[in-house]
Amino acid sequence: MTVHERNWLLVAPAGAWLLVMLVLPLSVVVIFSFGERAPAGGWVPAFTFEQYANLPARLTAFKNTLTLAPLGTLAALIIAYPLAYQLAVRTDPRWKTMLLVLVIVPFWTSILIRSYAWIFILGGQGLPALLELFGVEGVRLIYTPFAVTVGIVYGYLPLMVFPIYVALDRLDKRLLEASSDLGARPLTTFLRVTLPMSISGIATGCMLVFILLMGEFLIPALLGGGKVFFVGNALVDLFLQSRNWAFGSAVAVMLILVMLVTVTVYMRLIARLSATRDDVSIM
Amino acid sequence: MRIYSLFVYVFLYTPIAIIALFSFSAGRSASQFEGFSLKWYGRALDNPFVMDALGNSLFVAFVSATLASILGTMAAVGLQGIKGPARTFFDAIIYIAVMIPGIVIGIATLIALVTVFDAVNPWLASIWPKGREPLALSMGMPSLIAAHTMFTLALVVLIVRARLQGLEGALSEASADLYAPPLRTFRLITLPLITPAILAGFLLSFTFSFDDFIIAFFVAGSETTLPIYIFSSIRRGVTPEVNAIGTIVMLGSLVLLVFAQLILRRGDKR
Repeated sequence: MTVHERNWLLVAPAGAWLLVMLVLPLSVVVIFSFGERAPAGGWVPAFTFEQYANLPARLTAFKNTLTLAPLGTLAALIIAYPLAYQLAVRTDPRWKTMLLVLVIVPFWTSILIRSYAWIFILGGQGLPALLELFGVEGVRLIYTPFAVTVGIVYGYLPLMVFPIYVALDRLDKRLLEASSDLGARPLTTFLRVTLPMSISGIATGCMLVFILLMGEFLIPALLGGGKVFFVGNALVDLFLQSRNWAFGSAVAVMLILVMLVTVTVYMRLIARLSATRDDVSIM
Repeated sequence: MRIYSLFVYVFLYTPIAIIALFSFSAGRSASQFEGFSLKWYGRALDNPFVMDALGNSLFVAFVSATLASILGTMAAVGLQGIKGPARTFFDAIIYIAVMIPGIVIGIATLIALVTVFDAVNPWLASIWPKGREPLALSMGMPSLIAAHTMFTLALVVLIVRARLQGLEGALSEASADLYAPPLRTFRLITLPLITPAILAGFLLSFTFSFDDFIIAFFVAGSETTLPIYIFSSIRRGVTPEVNAIGTIVMLGSLVLLVFAQLILRRGDKR
């Protein structure tokens, strides 16, 4: 057996597994999206664009996803950045790793249980009851876009902190000193040195969170209570309740397309941003 | 800045603390703490549905993490020697596996397998020996294991490959120069060096599979895993029993995480 054959033999089982359990199912979704719904639920073969023409019926789900996913990503970024900065730049190296691990630990515990905790906190007997003690009455938090955003930020904050921390940790701290020695005010140093140098971390963090949010189901299901729903919730409804496989497949294909387009545009933007930065640094 | 960081930590840990705290409450109420008791832990552990779901989750997580570690490591090692379009294709599939939302993987697997099963089952029944109940393929534990293995396999390939790329070729070249056959070089040099990455991949896969709700929701058929059980109990209303289960699960994940960290760190020191 040649080395070449051996390599192929090693890759073959994983390759076959991925073909059967990923490539085949995804192709089936694409094929099904051109079919029709069987009267009893399920699918009958056809070649029609009817399902795609029907997509506006689920416009709200797409709208919610495309507003709350970027909004949640932005909120997570705004909350995560100062923490990552504090950890990477201002913290005693002895404590760094431990404090970082403390941020990441919640991410590795079930997101289902962590989101469920917020039903407690935002529910009628949680924060609103507390606010009532201070005389603020009639506040409704649960099952609102706010609740979903809080859940998103809570769920994905660790994923945002980590890449930004890595980028800031790599940053040569002498650059910050040089900048202030040259008379730059702290804000100028931050805007001209720290922020541009951490753009790669910001980009990675935002992309990770955004991609995961596009397919989110649990957080809107638990904290949006049927009022604030994402494409993921529409998909669960279409496949498990109304059993409309053809239309559901079209929704899924559309979701992937929207994801691909936004991520591509985003990557282009980031590439352009870092390209201009390089020009500056060459000067 | 310090105070701000403290706030973020409070934000991260308060919800978890609340769940843990209320799991020890004696009362039924989800909002008032009515004395310390371990009653809900007892209830949870006595509940056959919970134990059944827990058993299923552990079984699926163990089997799929094992399969993923073996197949993923094999692929990562083999891929080192493969270049050209085949390599590009494989890499693309790995990235698709990681990027595609879990929910799409769930529905895709559901409709693909159900369609295949519907086509195969009549044929199976026709060739089945007369007088015996024919085997009918349906969604259940095997399909769930297959789906989880697919996703975690991609994770293992990424982790082990990163480690392999970090290794200097010098050691295996030296071994080859000293006339060690490739398999021996692999067993004595490469394998010990990538073991931490394989173990980390295993633990990550295990945690993923154990915590996964969305793929299991579509693919598990009539079987229940722990996240599915928790989700449906939440839908029926919040009870302290769910808090107790949640606390146990979070503790379990924590132990695994610490384990993974220790293994990775030992690997780095070597």
